[in-house]
Amino acid sequence: MTAAGPAIVSLRNVSKAYESGTLALSDFHLDVRAGEFVSLLGPSGCGKSTALRIVAGLSRASAGTVDAPDGGTGFVFQEPTLMPWASVADNVRLPLKLTHADEARSRAAVTQALERVGLAEFAQSYPRELSGGMKMRASIARALVTEPQLLLMDEPFAALDEINRFKLNNDLLRVWQELQRTVIFVTHSVFESVYLSQRIVVMTPRPGRVFAEIAIDAPYPRDERFRTSAEYAASCRKVAETLAQAMGEAP
Amino acid sequence: MSPRILRIALPLLVLAAVVLVWDLTVRLFAIPPYVLPGPELVLSTLFADAALLSQSLLVTLAITLEGFLLAAFGGIALAVVFNQWRLIESAFYPYAVILQVTPVVAIAPLLLIYLPQPLAVLACAWIVAFFPVLANTTLGLNSVDHNLIALFDLYKASRWQVLWNLKLPAALPQMLAGLRIAGGLSLIGAVVAEIAAGSAGAGSGLAYRIVESGYRLNIPRMFAALLLLSLAGIAIFFVLSALSNILLGRWHESAVTRER
Repeated sequence: MTAAGPAIVSLRNVSKAYESGTLALSDFHLDVRAGEFVSLLGPSGCGKSTALRIVAGLSRASAGTVDAPDGGTGFVFQEPTLMPWASVADNVRLPLKLTHADEARSRAAVTQALERVGLAEFAQSYPRELSGGMKMRASIARALVTEPQLLLMDEPFAALDEINRFKLNNDLLRVWQELQRTVIFVTHSVFESVYLSQRIVVMTPRPGRVFAEIAIDAPYPRDERFRTSAEYAASCRKVAETLAQAMGEAP
Repeated sequence: MSPRILRIALPLLVLAAVVLVWDLTVRLFAIPPYVLPGPELVLSTLFADAALLSQSLLVTLAITLEGFLLAAFGGIALAVVFNQWRLIESAFYPYAVILQVTPVVAIAPLLLIYLPQPLAVLACAWIVAFFPVLANTTLGLNSVDHNLIALFDLYKASRWQVLWNLKLPAALPQMLAGLRIAGGLSLIGAVVAEIAAGSAGAGSGLAYRIVESGYRLNIPRMFAALLLLSLAGIAIFFVLSALSNILLGRWHESAVTRER
């Protein structure tokens, strides 16, 4: 699967300064083509979440031009961010409800989204009855239910244990290949970014700028064999070295 | 014994001990009933005066219920208005606080001058009960998960959708906590106002019966009326706790018993 589609997201010279005076992003560039899986990699507080929120339209850039789809975007937060008073099915249905989607079609879409993340049996459970990994699956199902062109993920698996993280990594790749949608994935894990992405954007510490872009050419589907391959290890070393350089560049 | 049984048995044991000590004290020191009636006499008075007292109980409960409902609707509605229009909140919140911190005993006589007596009693019950509803609901509405708000923004939810589908359900636990406090307070408000009104020469609620029995040195009836008031308060507390448990059901930590 090559990234030959038209550009779906384009950020040019984007800066973001918060009212507190913190400069989160400075002169940030990002181009993402339709169907691509791109990771933003950088240390905590480097503005990668800010960049994602700007793409989503949840935050406004202080300067620069932002080209991103208006609507039709799914967002997965760092926490599952489910409504505790609603069942898993109702949580997943929320985006359709808010956009006044057709009732019968909504029900089918919710069932399909839950099946896709392996939560079909838990449709009537409440969030507090689920484990951390299952909550995150529900959160991903909610982001997928509108069949968005663009899926934005803000360190979604950072709070999970390694076993669950690996499982969700695999499931995410499977869903991405099935749906052929665009994913922008924010992470601070070198290993996760190499495993998942076609392209890694390495960012400098605050204010966040693009330090380097690294293509990961390994073919999909990637699975546990890839995780233990020499190729994977070599890519990880290269990305880790680049990240170290990016950190060193900070004043 | 299981903790559940202990939780019910222990308070009952304490109650039995207190009643026993009370009874023995009255008997041993031969205390006359116009100073301190024994538990037996209080109970028999309760049954002897049942007709009079139950009628008064109904009057007090009706006022309490009306005050509570007004406080619940008023408090929640005001909290929503404050949440939607911050300017209105800035303008009026201080006065809600002032209304709350001014002792209702001091306001009651004034209200009795300007309002007809039943309305004044109702106003007192409302004044003391509405603030916890307002304060708790406001807190709940303002402490919604900001990521959930971002999610609603992402799907371009209207203000009404955010309020109805997100803010109100998210505030429900705090709202119910406020209502539980308000239930007890509306009874207090009603009693205070009845006592104030009673001294002005009218009224037939339980609080008025206590004052009247005091004047007549009918101490057993004072105790009987007091007992009924306590029972009413306990009943209100349990009804509201049950309501809270039903509404929060499976989703809120406060309503879930954890298996260990």
